[in-house]
Amino acid sequence: MTDTGFVLSLIDYTIMIVYFVFVLGIGWALKRYMKDANAFLEAGRSMPAWVAGLAFISTNLGALEVMGMTGSGAKYGMLTTHFYWIGAIPAMVFLALFMMPFYYGSKARSVPEYLKLRFDEKTRGLNAILFAVMTILASGISMYALAILMEKVLGWNFHLSLVLSAAIVLGYTYLGGLSSAIYNEVLQFFIIVIGLLPIVILSLQDLGGWSGLKEQLAPIVTAKGFAADTWTTTWKYTGSATTNPLGVEWYGIAAGLGFVLSFGYWCTNFLIVQRAMSAESPTAARNTPLIGALPKMFIPFLIIVPGIAALVLLNKQGSGFTLPEISPGHYNYDYTIIALLKQYLPAGVLGLGITALLASFMSGMAGNVSAFNTVWTYDIYQSYIRPVTADKAADDKHYLFVGRMATIFGVIVSIAAAYLASLFGNIMDFLQTIFSMINAPLFAVIFLGMFWKRTTGHAAFTGLLSGFFIALLHHGLTVPEGAATLVKGGWICNLHTYPVEMAQNFWTAIFAFTTSAVITVGLSLATRQKKSDEELRGLVYSLTPRHVETNIPWYQRSSTLAILVLTIATILTILFW
Amino acid sequence: MGIDIKFPIGLMFTILGFLLTVFGVITGGDEALYRRSLGININLWSGCGMLAFGLIMLFLAWKSWKAKTS
Repeated sequence: MTDTGFVLSLIDYTIMIVYFVFVLGIGWALKRYMKDANAFLEAGRSMPAWVAGLAFISTNLGALEVMGMTGSGAKYGMLTTHFYWIGAIPAMVFLALFMMPFYYGSKARSVPEYLKLRFDEKTRGLNAILFAVMTILASGISMYALAILMEKVLGWNFHLSLVLSAAIVLGYTYLGGLSSAIYNEVLQFFIIVIGLLPIVILSLQDLGGWSGLKEQLAPIVTAKGFAADTWTTTWKYTGSATTNPLGVEWYGIAAGLGFVLSFGYWCTNFLIVQRAMSAESPTAARNTPLIGALPKMFIPFLIIVPGIAALVLLNKQGSGFTLPEISPGHYNYDYTIIALLKQYLPAGVLGLGITALLASFMSGMAGNVSAFNTVWTYDIYQSYIRPVTADKAADDKHYLFVGRMATIFGVIVSIAAAYLASLFGNIMDFLQTIFSMINAPLFAVIFLGMFWKRTTGHAAFTGLLSGFFIALLHHGLTVPEGAATLVKGGWICNLHTYPVEMAQNFWTAIFAFTTSAVITVGLSLATRQKKSDEELRGLVYSLTPRHVETNIPWYQRSSTLAILVLTIATILTILFW
Repeated sequence: MGIDIKFPIGLMFTILGFLLTVFGVITGGDEALYRRSLGININLWSGCGMLAFGLIMLFLAWKSWKAKTS
């Protein structure tokens, strides 16, 4: 056991076991509803908006997010909220109002299938294969992170943790499919919030509230060479890249994070969009991201604020708070949340906190597996291996079987990916960086496809590929300062050095998006549109009748919710300007 | 599909809340245990909060079940 290790008692294990009984019980209860592929892979399009909405953000609230954002809270302070208030929120509102009507209304069962309907087979194939590989990889990396955490913190066996957590996720996704994943994500959402709340309250109590925190931060931040309130403000010091720890100016944040990265992630990632596509009606599908956005805006107070408190504790004499060091003076901020659990929680709530972390790992993993099996079954197997036949009943049974097998296959390959990550960590980091680059060009292509009927299939395909290659090229030609390995960039040569890795990511995304958009527009004008207006109805904005919300009360309308979400986000931004 | 998720959520938090509340009451006098949490009996507080949340969820589940069956 390492210095971050701590011992759990009977009450902690009891809480954990009660939770897992419910997780598997939900899968078990849903088993009898899994009669065909539609029920298993699409949840029968039956989810109420609030369930889909909470699942929507819970999928994203995976452990890498919880651990990463708490660490970022310590590293960048409230600037981390840019991932929420300028990043996720506008993108979620845009997805809800402008994109969901096409994703949901087109009857496509996945994002790749939308690409097939809107463009052509090759665009779908490219996206489906990249997505399938990326999802399994992400699932494996998150499993690896879980097992290493369990080993370091609880002293559990690495292999046992890996296999056990995979078995639980497999158990409930195999039994209940997407419905089970979604219902469990809702459960996970509540356990994550309730499990982490004690840390927020206790750390703020300990440091004398928000004002006490600000006061004690000032000398620490000044010593780093920034203005005293840099860690507790969001936009104030973004006039220049050198006055804030992110190393990016306001326009880099607005364009890179606020526009390209966030819209790319939230509007095109099937893992996320799938939750909204499972909603019971077109209105519920539009409301899903909006209902998710409401709690999403307050997540920073749950995970970023404790991270900021951790920075104070780290520099406070006699607090007893430490983080493992990577090298002398350089802390491993990934362990911030664990160290905080250890610092403040006695037996009892400690079990709850650990359960919350485990829950966040599982929600990420189950999300990946349930998105993978859908894309595999519909976009790869059904398209290229065994197309639909005339016998619908036999087909239903067959694809349900394939969906189930894909679930098992997905979990097994994830485990293999987790071992690869433990053996070749750098390569996996690199692959993950590479695959994260496919979102920005994908957003350019889908955006143009939805709002410009002239966009052609050849153009979309080329745009997607070229955006991806430009992202690779940019990554190969630039380096974040202090990068020790080629994994971080500069593997061709070093033309430009960014102050931090975050800045490099932002600009990679901006370049990829711009290239992809320019090439798609140019080639669309140069090639012939093969699809008639009739074929594009329901897929393109200008050719689709507007969705009218007249027979529902005003407070349930998407527009009302959207205004509410944007108003609260604006108020939060001003409060922490 | 099939089940009302409010019911398992309500039931689970009622059970967990009850467990933590009881544990909080039993360990109430244990100063060493609560030194970490600044002397606050965080188990009791969390337990009560979860119990309340669980019962509200169960009540809502019961209401939707009644609306559905009548």
